[in-house]
Amino acid sequence: MNRRVPILRQGQTLIASVKDAVSDQEMRDLQARLLSDVVNTGASGAIIYVSALDVLDSFGSRMLSDIAGAIRLRGARTVIVGIQPEMALSMVLLGLSMGLVETALDLDAGLEILGHGVRL
Amino acid sequence: MTSCRILADGDVVVARQMARKRAGELGFSRVDQALIATAISELARNIVHYAKSGHIEITEVNRGRRFGLQVVASDQGPGIADIDLAMTDGYSTGNSLGLGLPGTRRLVDEFDIESIPGRGLTVTFIKWKP
Repeated sequence: MNRRVPILRQGQTLIASVKDAVSDQEMRDLQARLLSDVVNTGASGAIIYVSALDVLDSFGSRMLSDIAGAIRLRGARTVIVGIQPEMALSMVLLGLSMGLVETALDLDAGLEILGHGVRL
Repeated sequence: MTSCRILADGDVVVARQMARKRAGELGFSRVDQALIATAISELARNIVHYAKSGHIEITEVNRGRRFGLQVVASDQGPGIADIDLAMTDGYSTGNSLGLGLPGTRRLVDEFDIESIPGRGLTVTFIKWKP
């Protein structure tokens, strides 16, 4: 079961789109690849798009926090985009607030936070 | 009754998807489906992490006029010596956030842990349908 999370590049931003159900191993794989892609491409920001994800439990949340922390240490920023309302409630009840990780409702808002918003 | 063997981290996903599907069929709201799936994800991961293998069983439960979904997560792993301590926010022996069990209890309506240290752990929870 190896379904790698695709990582796209949009200007200076990398976008990882997480599918409906991701195993712990796939999450670890995403963590390693996204960090190395940030290093290799010199990207200034990363978006992790989790709108399709079925569950964000303590492990998944920690993985996302860790990715964001590591990317910050590389001088780039991470925004978690598309946390569903029922997922947000589960996370709060579990005691997971994602701390200092930036979040945005949709891709446009995420890109805007990273300074790559579409300017008309 | 629906049952799922938990042996590897891929089974965590299988178990929570099975539970969400069953909860959806029984008419639980999207929010409750997510809370049930998340609770199962936490318990199934604990099985993989601490006990290596175990089972998740999902059954419908009636009590008086109430109807709910009961989940039993059981294993024959090391068990928990001090359940009160394990239910304390922030406590962990497994290099994790230590939010697993107390956090999971907050997702559900009824929550019970039984353990014989060295023999295994059984966690039972119920989510009632409003």
